[in-house]
Amino acid sequence: MPERTMIQIDDVTKSYGDFHALDHATLTIKEGEFFSLLGPSGCGKTTLLRMIAGLDQPTSGSISIDGQPMDGIPANARPTNMVFQSYAIFPHLKVGENVAYGLKRLKLGAVEEKRRVTEALEMVSLAGLDNRGATELSGGQRQRVALARALVMRPKVLLLDEPLSALDKKLREQMQVELRRLQQAVGITFILVTHDQYEALAMSDRIAVMFGGRIAQIASPKEIYQRPVNRQVADFLGGMNFVKAEIVEENGQSITVDTQGFGRVKTERPPAFAPAGRSATLGIRPERLRVRWDDATAKHEVKGTVIERHYFGEITHLLVEIPGMEKPLSVTETNDFGADDLPLGATIRLGYDPDALVAMAE
Amino acid sequence: MTAALEGTTPYRAPRAAPASFLKSEEAKGYTLIAPPFLYALALLGLPIVVVIAHSFWSQTYLTVDTTLTLDNYRQALFEPIYQDLLLRSLFISLTVSVTTVCLAYPVAYFISFHGGRHKGLWLFVITIPFWTSYLLRVMSWKVILGYSGVLNSALMGLGITDEPSSALLYNSTAVLITLTHAWVAFAILPIFVSLEKVDRTLIEAATDLGDGPVRSFLRVTLPLSLPGVIAALLIVMIPTVGDYVTPKMVGGTDGVMIANAIQAQFGRAMNKPLGAALSVTTMLAVTAMAFVSVMSLRALVRAFR
Ligand SMILES: Nc1ncnc2c1ncn2[C@@H]1O[C@H](COP(=O)(O)OP(=O)(O)O)[C@@H](O)[C@H]1O
Ligand SMILES: [Mg+2]
Repeated sequence: MPERTMIQIDDVTKSYGDFHALDHATLTIKEGEFFSLLGPSGCGKTTLLRMIAGLDQPTSGSISIDGQPMDGIPANARPTNMVFQSYAIFPHLKVGENVAYGLKRLKLGAVEEKRRVTEALEMVSLAGLDNRGATELSGGQRQRVALARALVMRPKVLLLDEPLSALDKKLREQMQVELRRLQQAVGITFILVTHDQYEALAMSDRIAVMFGGRIAQIASPKEIYQRPVNRQVADFLGGMNFVKAEIVEENGQSITVDTQGFGRVKTERPPAFAPAGRSATLGIRPERLRVRWDDATAKHEVKGTVIERHYFGEITHLLVEIPGMEKPLSVTETNDFGADDLPLGATIRLGYDPDALVAMAE
Repeated sequence: MTAALEGTTPYRAPRAAPASFLKSEEAKGYTLIAPPFLYALALLGLPIVVVIAHSFWSQTYLTVDTTLTLDNYRQALFEPIYQDLLLRSLFISLTVSVTTVCLAYPVAYFISFHGGRHKGLWLFVITIPFWTSYLLRVMSWKVILGYSGVLNSALMGLGITDEPSSALLYNSTAVLITLTHAWVAFAILPIFVSLEKVDRTLIEAATDLGDGPVRSFLRVTLPLSLPGVIAALLIVMIPTVGDYVTPKMVGGTDGVMIANAIQAQFGRAMNKPLGAALSVTTMLAVTAMAFVSVMSLRALVRAFR
């Protein structure tokens, strides 16, 4: 993948009165990247996306697309196209006319226009539906029409605002795979807005996690999931056990901490780690704690008592009380060794990899 | 994957068995609309039947001869005086309705798109002229357009004309002006309602796909507000054809319309069957004109796609 910058967002702020919907955001998106803006509802994702599209103007800061500053360039002259959250299918036009909407202005000639519409509809598996009325479509089909209508314009950047949130779970998962495949086939830069962490993790090359108008972390899905920069990001990306820690020793690569429950631990020092003073928080994902079924004592393990058990089919969630820790540990274990049969009150040992304990800011 | 997989069959309420018709939703619906329906039937349907019947009869002095004849229609359609009056009425009604819609649309658009929090206030302001009676409003146009009226004084005061013009009042232009003013608020409301229903995201989508403000208006906003435009056009067109107060007050001899002739037949001329035939002819003519206007409007808007 070429490492060319496609979108440069430079210190952009969007204010409504005293309220900052987006607060000094700086972000670089590479050409051909599948980039996600992830965060809870109201954190400013749509605001940022609309400013890239040109539908809203930044209060301060600048945006450039493909090296060109976008100040003063209206939405209809930008090399971006958008799939709106509500899909915004024109109700008075047929499917084919919807897809051809933006092409009309380009005066391609009837044959070429028809060819491109057919091609776009095939791309989203809607071939042959040209003459269907826009109001006679299911939610999934509407989403595909919106996608085809944007892709047919061959934009440099495709903007997608929660495109899958209106679909049911099964269709959504299927579309995630399809959308990712489509992006790789066309090679266009995709910017996806979502509040669904699994969606962002499954589809993106990189993710920006946002809270309250600020970007908290920008990294690959794996990095974001495994090494969140703070508790807020960690929590948003899924379950995480937090352990209070005192820093004993610190260098460029590793830190050594004293913890409640886990004792003294030496672990990797994340590049973005910036502790305030000597206290830090360590986090470990529930699935990185594994129940030890053998009798051999491992080097890294904690002992505790099962106090709750929840069965989820292929996995079981356990709550395990560890002496010396305020909160019980949450553990996710596969059922192949009988985690679903562990009696409450049983004493178990949990093994872990010290590098799975991630140091982060409060 | 197949698109067909996603199609969901809409939920259908099971059809009520005939035996339980009286308890069904349908029966409830009919019961609800029965009083206004019967009322409308009695006061609208019956008079029309009476008028249509009369149009095929003939007048013999003081009584009406009920042998069927097409004589009245022959007169209504082929006598030059009635032809002229009908054509003039249709022309005035078409001009008034088109002008009214053209004036009302920008107002409705402004209120809907730029009215902000004061939409209600704007609509309220528009209804203020209706607090006085229609006759008073027509009279005020007489004051404005008359020989020594406001407009003439203003034109002379500004030095644009040397002496008052008598061409402003008592002609069909005066009828046009007065009718347009009278109907414009009725046209604003349906257009406003249909503009309110236009999803603003659709306009953003059009912009995103490359349309400037004019093109997105012609291709999205206008077609989607067309139902309101059509409603406004018909609301103005249909009643103005039959207006007879306005031509009587500001129209002079040049501004007489078909309704004045119909009134004369039912009144002084004592020829109810001819009056009835003129009425039926006018009704059919305005229906045809409304149909053609709506179709042309649709075709025009479709051409912008
Ligand atoms: N036009 C507006 N006027 C005032 N506040 C707005 C406007 N648009 C968005 N906001 C506020 O900005 C914040 C971010 O909105 P948005 O970007 O839509 O969030 P999301 O991350 O859910 O897409 C929200 O709190 C919203 O209320
Ligand atoms: Mg949003």
